[in-house]
Amino acid sequence: MREFGYQRALDVSGALALLDADPEARFLGGGTNLVDLMKTGVERPARLVDIRELPLNRIEPAEDGGLRIGATVTNSDLAAHPEVRRRYPALAQAVLAGASGQLRNMATVGGNLLQRTRCGYFADVTSPCNKRTPGSGCPAVEGEHHNHAILGASGHCVATHPSDMGVALTAFDARVSYETADGPGEVPLADFYLPVGETPHLETALPPGALITGVTLPPVPAAAGSRYRKVRERASYAFAIGSVAAALDVQDGVVRDVRLAFGAVASRPWRARTAEDVLTGAPADAGTFAAAADAELAGARPLPHNGYKVTLMRNLAVAVLSELAEEAAR
Amino acid sequence: MTTATRDSVGTAHTRVEGRDKVTGAARYAAEVPFAELAHGWLVLSTVARGRVRSVETEAVLAMPGVLAVLHHHNAPRVDTDYVGLLGVPPDLTVALFQHDRVAHRGWPVALVVAETSEQAREAAESLVVHYEEEPHDVAFCAERQTEAYTRDSHAPAVVRKGDLEAQLAASAVVVDAEYTTPEEHHNPMEPHAATARWEGGRLEVVDSNQGTTWVAGELASLFSLDPASVRVRSEHVGGGFGSKGVRAHQVAAVMAATVLQRPVRVVMTRRQMFSLAGYRSPTAQRVRLGADADGRLRALEHQSLNQTSTVYEFVEPGAAASRAMYAADAHHTVNRLVRLDVPSPTWMRAPGEAPGSFALESALDELAERCGIDPIELRVRNEPAAGPVSGLPFSSRNLVACFEEGARRFGWSGRDPRPGARREGRWLIGTGTAAASFPAGVMPSTAAVTAEADGTFTVRINAADIGTGARTALTLVAADALGVPTDRVRVRIGDSDFGPAMIAGGSMGTRSWAWAVTAAAGELRQSLAPGAEIPPEGITVRSDTAEAVGALAQKERHSFGAQFAEVAVDPATGEVRVRRMLGIFAAGRIVNPLTARNQLVGGMIWGISMALHEEAVRDRASGGLYGADLAGYHVAAHADIPHIEADWVDDPDPDDPVGIKGIGEVGMVGAAAAVANAVWHATGVRHRNLPIRPDRVLMAGGDA
Repeated sequence: MREFGYQRALDVSGALALLDADPEARFLGGGTNLVDLMKTGVERPARLVDIRELPLNRIEPAEDGGLRIGATVTNSDLAAHPEVRRRYPALAQAVLAGASGQLRNMATVGGNLLQRTRCGYFADVTSPCNKRTPGSGCPAVEGEHHNHAILGASGHCVATHPSDMGVALTAFDARVSYETADGPGEVPLADFYLPVGETPHLETALPPGALITGVTLPPVPAAAGSRYRKVRERASYAFAIGSVAAALDVQDGVVRDVRLAFGAVASRPWRARTAEDVLTGAPADAGTFAAAADAELAGARPLPHNGYKVTLMRNLAVAVLSELAEEAAR
Repeated sequence: MTTATRDSVGTAHTRVEGRDKVTGAARYAAEVPFAELAHGWLVLSTVARGRVRSVETEAVLAMPGVLAVLHHHNAPRVDTDYVGLLGVPPDLTVALFQHDRVAHRGWPVALVVAETSEQAREAAESLVVHYEEEPHDVAFCAERQTEAYTRDSHAPAVVRKGDLEAQLAASAVVVDAEYTTPEEHHNPMEPHAATARWEGGRLEVVDSNQGTTWVAGELASLFSLDPASVRVRSEHVGGGFGSKGVRAHQVAAVMAATVLQRPVRVVMTRRQMFSLAGYRSPTAQRVRLGADADGRLRALEHQSLNQTSTVYEFVEPGAAASRAMYAADAHHTVNRLVRLDVPSPTWMRAPGEAPGSFALESALDELAERCGIDPIELRVRNEPAAGPVSGLPFSSRNLVACFEEGARRFGWSGRDPRPGARREGRWLIGTGTAAASFPAGVMPSTAAVTAEADGTFTVRINAADIGTGARTALTLVAADALGVPTDRVRVRIGDSDFGPAMIAGGSMGTRSWAWAVTAAAGELRQSLAPGAEIPPEGITVRSDTAEAVGALAQKERHSFGAQFAEVAVDPATGEVRVRRMLGIFAAGRIVNPLTARNQLVGGMIWGISMALHEEAVRDRASGGLYGADLAGYHVAAHADIPHIEADWVDDPDPDDPVGIKGIGEVGMVGAAAAVANAVWHATGVRHRNLPIRPDRVLMAGGDA
């Protein structure tokens, strides 16, 4: 493990300056992923700029009636916030489905969005990996890929994004705001993660040196009855093999508004827009739900050992949408 | 001195060292302070087979704090031509840096020693090693049977009785099924760690192991030392499960301490443990059962195949588990192995029985289904009067009593045998049962008990408490043998200078040590005249049980148990969750109900974990493991463990002075089969390959 320097930033401009001063510096949030990667040698920063003291730890109403969540809000505080639980319950459920209480007390919203894949080849520095060492190859395509991507991947990388939180945020059209030395910026979460293509090492649309300052959720009335369900082989403390965030607004048996996103199937939280298009205006019944899931998954390109995910995501989407429709009908 | 008989044995007692452990006062191997301590870091190969062409030591030696780099050109030589305490030659993986061959990915190729652990690690990770790579073969599967061979281990490889094919042909019902279990790793909480130093002409090692007699003997043999000049201590051990014998870390520490003439500590990382700490081999098994229509067995065949490395022959005796379980006219059991470019497997909790019972007890459930007989009744009908193959009498066999008590408490009698018939919301519900057994053995040990001048007693025995509660159990045993309350007894363990004793292994530790303690304490009690003055140095009596243990009559000696599980399965997602579990055991006299329950429940949790979670995935291209850490290798989490009950029926061993049989492993045996049988009952699908992952459940149209 490389020796590294450590500095604590007290304001956003100071944090940006500290990062700018050292090309091998990294921001440190909760450290729940970065520190692990430093121990295994995947990350070898020369300096850590601790941003946990920055004044970005508030959850406040946004101007458009939505919610603005500061980048250093911890996962625990996010999941416990009354407005989050009341207006975006799937977000609270997603956060609580991840990690452990101790990790959620440390992990931050900004860090969660930037966490790296849990692909075992990526984590093992003695193994090739195009994401870690561009051009070295992707052993997962021919090797172990039970929990790798079925959507949006390429022959260069089939890793998945591990976040639960990001799946719910994606379903609700969250926007990521950031600050750079040249001023602030904002990007929809849907465009935040770059397509894999031939450059799996380039993961986000954040400009170099940028600091995530927060996430803004627009008002989504349907989200008040939303749900997150996560499937994994053990009941806790594991990343998803498939997950669904869904919100459904049904009027007179017809879908008026729907939000649907999949987790653990792609290099980013996967907004199921094709499925949403099928659902919107259609009868809220099991046949429509299955047709919508099938339409979304028609683009799936499973590998020899992860084809089950197509069945899993279809079943999961139908199950969650059916539950929401039943509750709406009551 | 009172002569009243006390009965500490059989009453619950918290761990005598519990307070030290929870307050941090208890020091584990990597925490014991030493002046002038240097730190070694192992460098492991990144190829699975080949030769080390060169080690670029120069750049690393110039790094801050680096003291030495040991490798095959400069390391001290070791002798591997010996047989150790357990009657087997050494696994040549511990003969570090003796040649340029690489036998598997993760093979130790160098040790970097530095002033601090961090400096050693950074230097070790920077060390450039060049290899001449050769094609490797790590592909284990049932088809490798054709290249496999047999090798007798502690159990014979092949045991035959009767005409198997004739009995199968005469059977009304035949079950013929193949089962697999994956590569599994011990992963004790405390990683392997050792510090070695030379002190006054003696080699002293502070270690975390399952037996200091064992490890001291291996180190003395490897380094050609007088056994009396080697002292190994290991007072507190954070789990072993079979992985903590002599391993690369102790050998590396001794080499470096010898070269540098200062104390050197070597600690394995979790990732290194996946290459160097041993593991349970994957198994491919086939079971054929032939029975009359009423379920009475005519034929029982069990074949098991495991992998081993190219430097050590380790047999995972999965088929041996079938030799004492059920009566049948023809018995045929065989263990085979195939050599691959993989690390050496080793004993892991319930070796043989854990994977073997999954296959056998699943097959019994399949036979019950085919015969239309209740699974418990099937086992009762095949209960043997004597050893099914050996013909020897059982020392005691209370398997049926376990099933009867378990069935009553689990609520088995109202069970609808039809599969796939119970649903609660999205969950299908099922129940399953399986039998458990594990050999009840004993090995010679020595002990010393001292009557101190202040009226207390000190027991010295080279036992290992690897988290089992052995030290507490021995305190209770000694107190009863001396006829005094437990607070007058102090038990010291984990020091090879105390004299030879059995390791914590084979479920034999506590029984072997308790025998020696009972013998010494009993004799001391006899020799103390009432009211006599005790001299300042105390009065010490020593025991050696070699003769008494050697005089034991040949019998079938086993612990038994009945496992019950209820599971919920979501067929839409493939999720399997255990909802409750009950184990009833007949495992000799229970010394300390508190820690015994811990042991048995812990074993059952291992069984759940084996059934649903544990699987080390070997990457065929690299030859190494995929996800070799606790994020990638899943064991059951707290949320996976429901209400678990473990209890026992009265079953004292008539030939043991304390009545002990051993409880370290039987709790795990049969547990995975009970879960798998419950999954069948829930869904109607047989899962013959572990673990029962969601993808397997989801994609299993029929049998999986």
